[in-house]
Amino acid sequence: MKIAVCIKRVPDMDVRFKIGSDNVSLDEAGLKFDINDFDAWAVEAALQLKEKNTGSEVTVISLGPDVVQETIRKALSMGADRGVQLKTEKVPFDGFPVAKALAEELKAGAYDLIFFGKMSPDSSNGVVGAMAAEFLGLPCVTAISSLEITNGKGTAKRELEGAQEIVEFPLPAVLTVDEGLNTARYPSLKGIMAAKKKPLETKPVQLAEPQVVVRKLELPAERKAGRIVGEGAAAVPELIKLLQTEAKVL
Amino acid sequence: MPNVFAFVESRGVDVRKVGLEAVTAARAFADKSGGGEVHALLLGPPGIAANASQLGKYGADVIVAVEHAGLASYNPEVATATAAERIKSGGYRAAIFSTTAQGRDLAPRVAARLGVSVVTDVLSFELEGDTVVVRHPINIGKVIATLSISGSPAIIAMRPNVIAPVQNVKAGRVENAQPAVDPGTTRVKVIETRQGGGGKLDLAEAPVVIAGGRGLKAAENFKLVEDLASAFGNAAVGATRAVTDDGWRPHSDQIGQTGRLVSPELYIAVGISGAVQHLAGMRTSKTIVAVNKDKDAPIFKVADYGIVGDVFEVIPALTEAVREAKKHH
Repeated sequence: MKIAVCIKRVPDMDVRFKIGSDNVSLDEAGLKFDINDFDAWAVEAALQLKEKNTGSEVTVISLGPDVVQETIRKALSMGADRGVQLKTEKVPFDGFPVAKALAEELKAGAYDLIFFGKMSPDSSNGVVGAMAAEFLGLPCVTAISSLEITNGKGTAKRELEGAQEIVEFPLPAVLTVDEGLNTARYPSLKGIMAAKKKPLETKPVQLAEPQVVVRKLELPAERKAGRIVGEGAAAVPELIKLLQTEAKVL
Repeated sequence: MPNVFAFVESRGVDVRKVGLEAVTAARAFADKSGGGEVHALLLGPPGIAANASQLGKYGADVIVAVEHAGLASYNPEVATATAAERIKSGGYRAAIFSTTAQGRDLAPRVAARLGVSVVTDVLSFELEGDTVVVRHPINIGKVIATLSISGSPAIIAMRPNVIAPVQNVKAGRVENAQPAVDPGTTRVKVIETRQGGGGKLDLAEAPVVIAGGRGLKAAENFKLVEDLASAFGNAAVGATRAVTDDGWRPHSDQIGQTGRLVSPELYIAVGISGAVQHLAGMRTSKTIVAVNKDKDAPIFKVADYGIVGDVFEVIPALTEAVREAKKHH
């Protein structure tokens, strides 16, 4: 099986972000970057399929400046076979030109399965996988939390609001990965050493003009400091009163 | 006066609340751009057209109802083709979707097919001349981006619960239409739908959300949370990632960075410490209540009202008090 996984380098979210002096980008000083969690689960899914299907190959693709090579190497150290960097100066907010560029590359690779994370926490838009599937004209299942591939056919579970769907799809197909599908492996020392020798190809790409542009970034208003109403069950009547008269939600 | 399109989500033959919100948002958009028409599309099994006429009350001038026995559940390929075709032929200035599991799946597909971009999880929108300007949270809600959308139609998926359905009566003329592709011929097929707890309110739509964390100590103690939810009557039950990872609750109940985003009127955190990853999913709730035995838990920093105490003592008392309060209402 030929499998592709599209991955993104994202900042660690467990920080207080600072807005850059241009007001349209983040101050990246001090931020730690790593592979998007959803994309790491996508890599893991691809590796598990590779282990079950001898002769399979897993290609990881990331779009962006040279720093994304580090993210690609991480996926290679987990066990992917080769990497492709679609080299751009920046990664725009707009998912349209990104999906377009990835679809071009994916089309040329004639993959049986293409994985994306269902979204990335930085842009929090979650559109690239489904858009790329449309550009490729391939069947697509988004936000999967289980997967089985047998005899060129796939079965996946999707989480919906208040329900789960089991869907069947033919290959080739595009899948976007939700939490719950698996737990991503950590690269082993051997994997890290091996990754250094794996092929990583860099291809410059020209992105289409974005239609969605960041005009301004701002920090959300802080929530007003709350108050402790009291301790234990004795505080319940006071809470009920506040919910009725102050918050007016009861 | 350009017209505006709204995609109305349904469950079986019922219109979902997010569908009413989409029509309300489309009406607001049309009015901001000079008062064009709102055309609403919904797909579903036979019977949905009869339920569609109510959309006129929320500002739909035309309601396109696509009834087909093969559309008992959401079919991405049929919905994409039908919506894209309608949007293309209608020459709309904007198309409004919902940021739900369905809308997140559908909106980007439709946008790609139309050759335009899409912004999901939109908090608000404005029109500035020819440019549509939206607000959209990034970095798990820690930063708010103001974005301008230059393409037309502007495809926007609204965050649930940010626009309350408002009555604004328009003609609401129902037109029946056929799906753009036969539901029997799509490549991806739903072979089974498992309802999670049947008829339960959805997390994204519920006005009240009660969420439980590790402080509940065991899966069976979620009954406390469920009892409190049923005392409210209009509440949905959510959980933290720690809880869904342990299998106490399904992953679809997880509120947080990698799970669901909710912004209800009232959010009650039961035995939740308030990890960053959880706060990302609920910090935009209008009123937050936290019950936790650790007075230093980070959840108290975002909670409007906190009770420091044992959830096994406080929650049953709260459930009883809510039941009493509801009785006298």
